[in-house]
Amino acid sequence: MKIVVIGAGPAGLAAARAALDANQRVVLLDAADDLGGQYWRHLPSSRPSSNEAVLHHQWTNFVELRARLEDDPLCEVVTSAHVWAIDRAGIHVLVGPPDGPDRERRTYPTDAVVVATGAHDRVLPVPGWELPGVYSAGGAQALAKGDRVAVGERVLVAGSGPFLLPVALSLANSTSTVVGVVEASRARRVASSWAARPWELVGARTKVAEAGSYAREFARHRIPYVMGRAVTAIHGAECVESVTIAAVDSSWAPIVGTEYSLAVDAVCLGHGFTPRLELAIALGCQLNDRRFVAIDEGQRTSVVGVYAAGEITGVGGADLALVEGTIAGHLAAGGRLDDEVLGQARRHRATWRRFAARLDVAHAIGERWSQWLTPETTICRCEDVTYQQLRTVARVTDSSGLRSLKLTSRAGLGICQGRTCGRTIESLLGAWSNEGGLIDGVTTDRRPIAVPVRLGELRVDSRDAATD
Amino acid sequence: MVVVGAGIIGAACARALSKKGFSVTIVERGASVGGTSASGEGNLLVSDKAPGAELTMAQYASRLWPDLVAELANELGRDFPSLEFEPKGGLVVTLADGDARALESFAAHQREYGVRAEPLGAAEARLLEPDLNPRISSAVFYPDDAQVQPVIAAEAFLASARALGTRVVLGASVIGALAGDQGELAGVRTTKGDFPCDHVVVAAGPWSGEVARVLGGSLPVAPRKGFILVTSRMTQRVHHKVYDADYVGAVESDDRGLQTSTVVESTASGTVLIGSSRERVGFDASLDVAVVSELATKATRLFPFLSEASLMRVYCGFRPFVPDHVPVIGEDPTCPGLWYATGHEGAGIGLAPSTAEILAATLSGEEPAIDADPYSPARPSLASFLTNEPTE
Ligand SMILES: Cc1cc2nc3c(=O)[nH]c(=O)nc-3n(C[C@H](O)[C@H](O)[C@H](O)COP(=O)(O)OP(=O)(O)OC[C@H]3O[C@@H](n4cnc5c(N)ncnc54)[C@H](O)[C@@H]3O)c2cc1C
Ligand SMILES: Cc1cc2nc3c(=O)[nH]c(=O)nc-3n(C[C@H](O)[C@H](O)[C@H](O)COP(=O)(O)OP(=O)(O)OC[C@H]3O[C@@H](n4cnc5c(N)ncnc54)[C@H](O)[C@@H]3O)c2cc1C
Repeated sequence: MKIVVIGAGPAGLAAARAALDANQRVVLLDAADDLGGQYWRHLPSSRPSSNEAVLHHQWTNFVELRARLEDDPLCEVVTSAHVWAIDRAGIHVLVGPPDGPDRERRTYPTDAVVVATGAHDRVLPVPGWELPGVYSAGGAQALAKGDRVAVGERVLVAGSGPFLLPVALSLANSTSTVVGVVEASRARRVASSWAARPWELVGARTKVAEAGSYAREFARHRIPYVMGRAVTAIHGAECVESVTIAAVDSSWAPIVGTEYSLAVDAVCLGHGFTPRLELAIALGCQLNDRRFVAIDEGQRTSVVGVYAAGEITGVGGADLALVEGTIAGHLAAGGRLDDEVLGQARRHRATWRRFAARLDVAHAIGERWSQWLTPETTICRCEDVTYQQLRTVARVTDSSGLRSLKLTSRAGLGICQGRTCGRTIESLLGAWSNEGGLIDGVTTDRRPIAVPVRLGELRVDSRDAATD
Repeated sequence: MVVVGAGIIGAACARALSKKGFSVTIVERGASVGGTSASGEGNLLVSDKAPGAELTMAQYASRLWPDLVAELANELGRDFPSLEFEPKGGLVVTLADGDARALESFAAHQREYGVRAEPLGAAEARLLEPDLNPRISSAVFYPDDAQVQPVIAAEAFLASARALGTRVVLGASVIGALAGDQGELAGVRTTKGDFPCDHVVVAAGPWSGEVARVLGGSLPVAPRKGFILVTSRMTQRVHHKVYDADYVGAVESDDRGLQTSTVVESTASGTVLIGSSRERVGFDASLDVAVVSELATKATRLFPFLSEASLMRVYCGFRPFVPDHVPVIGEDPTCPGLWYATGHEGAGIGLAPSTAEILAATLSGEEPAIDADPYSPARPSLASFLTNEPTE
């Protein structure tokens, strides 16, 4: 048997290691050109940075993990491996740089799979968010960490959740000045849910010392952190010039009269995460009512032989992803849940999940955030669909089906296939429906074509290597 | 009057019936336009139809569409999205190794029945479509082929029907018949309650066989699966609907196995649609990369530049297939009050207007614009398939 691990972030790496520890063969696939996922995004190995360890927590942990996998003859590590579809014939992968001319087509079996495709950050639309200079928090961090590119000189980080903090620090460690972090959840809610200082959550995973370091670093960089406020508009002629910030109530509705403006040349937005579910769905895995992959104690999905770990099962940070990966990899390799080697992982998993649950409560998107939208606000950036256009289509068709509404409005039909706006259009359209919600059971999570492929690459006469 | 199904056929029929003064309720088990009508393309074709009952209906529909589009736009106002009706014409070609003679004689036969089918030389074809593979052995242009955006068209019929008084009940799945004093059909039982009526019109697309059965009738409708590929947006390089001539054979075939035939068109939004495959595999919506690859291969053969185009999305749908390939419009001979408007297979978008007109005329005792007999559920070519057993 060979265990196929999809995704080489913390969860996938840990799964691969656990399966190798149990003497199974492993194929580790990731679309990126190096291992590490969102958490351990770093410079390409051709441009090593002496500063890497400072920039990344647990960097040594990663270096060891990567070496362990790359050195093991039982492990086949395939980077630049784009899993673009899964069907009865197997896991379909194109290997090579996305724009390269000669990507190789490969197919892997589906009988033992660990899905660890992670999540990407969710960004709620804000008037002006289509301007150059607006980034997703994760995208900005990737630029700062991976490419050492500063997104701007005066940068504001806004949205919700503790992961805005490491983003702000990554930016501050580049050449940007971070003018502030604006958290929409109100201080009391955050405080009552976990701790007075939000960085403790991010830090709690390792040791208290590291938790303290966020506070110190924020103080050192003089980054103001405000809660109960949101960016409600972004302004600029050609690119970002300023933002409007307003106080919001506990449902994130802006409070009239509290607006003020701030000059910035870049804004990084993150309002939580959306799991990358398309491959799990293609494998047939059921989702739970929170719309993550449903798993049991052994990280087993509803499909025999398919395990899931990391952020596709719930957002809880890199440490939770690591221990989930360990458990998934061990079980996929034929191990048992009560095996002694999993003792620690299971205990840690319980701890991080408690944190994750609190995080959910503290930073859940307020149900009246959409009050900061204006009729002209773009909702779907790919297809240029405004709030008013979407509202009008919903009104004139009186439809309660997402499939029909997408096809009549074009929202979510663009090149990102609703990765950015999908959940937003679902929630807006659901609220307008006369049937009390969208009733066709369609969601924007299903994407049979997981990543775009060139038609020429699918020609049956092109290179096609079956691998097993 | 109860219409079962809020796809394009149910919506068009409800509108036409409301216009005739019937009091109409649509019962739909899901949301509006969530079935086949939202899973395919919107080709309004005469080109792919051999002379016969289906062609007659397509020619009738092609006369109805232009006025209908204007009428709907007028009724629904500026806020309603455009139907994206484009009478752009279709170009059917045979590539070097294809059967040029078959296409030429097919077109000649169609011309005898009034189809405008203009034979073109390879150079003329490339004038219409400069990016077409130069190895064309024959080409025929069909000026009357057109396209609409099928979901917008279906929602437009529905919105118009609503404005004319049709009631639309969503989330109501038909699960049985209501019986009258004499045991006759007196309405439908749904998961959202009972709907008494004089006539039931089954317009449930590929599920029509099952709905007919629970209502006491019999109709051999089966799903014929199809995939469509959608590319990312690009500058327009495909100007007409362009087909490989192998299309014709596939539509008419009864083979259960996989067939693909290439249809390439660009849409108002800038994407290119590539259709389509045909397979009789029940209601199994799972992706099949082999089929997708075959469609991609054939499309890039027709338009080599498409090799560089990105595949972004695939649609999968189930055409309402009937064994003799002719839509079924009329009353079930064994079950008075039970009417059908279905079985359009791969042409239900195009044939929606003519279906609605034929049904509404027949139900109100008027003479339809074309002879309705060939579409009757009582026609001889269907007799051997009528049973009361569930189909696939
Ligand atoms: C901006 C930001 C800041 C964060 N800061 C912190 C922090 O300070 N502390 C902390 O604990 N956590 C932090 N996190 C969270 C942390 O990154 C995640 O918890 C962790 O990375 C999740 O691990 P994972 O393995 O589940 O997924 P990921 O790390 O996201 O890895 C998923 C991998 O799957 C691959 N993949 C997905 N789809 C495909 C496909 N179709 N084909 C091939 N490969 C595919 C991706 O390329 C990716 O490498 C942060 C996250 C973000 C976005
Ligand atoms: C890949 C593909 C490409 C196509 N391309 C074209 C094309 O280019 N041109 C063209 O003209 N046609 C095309 N078609 C065919 C066309 O889409 C269909 O013929 C047409 O949509 C059928 O419409 P309908 O209203 O009969 O069915 P549907 O749209 O399926 O509507 C039937 C409705 O009935 C409902 N229903 C089912 N059971 C029940 C029940 N028990 N109770 C209540 N409601 C129920 C369903 O939920 C559904 O909404 C294509 C089809 C496919 C699959």
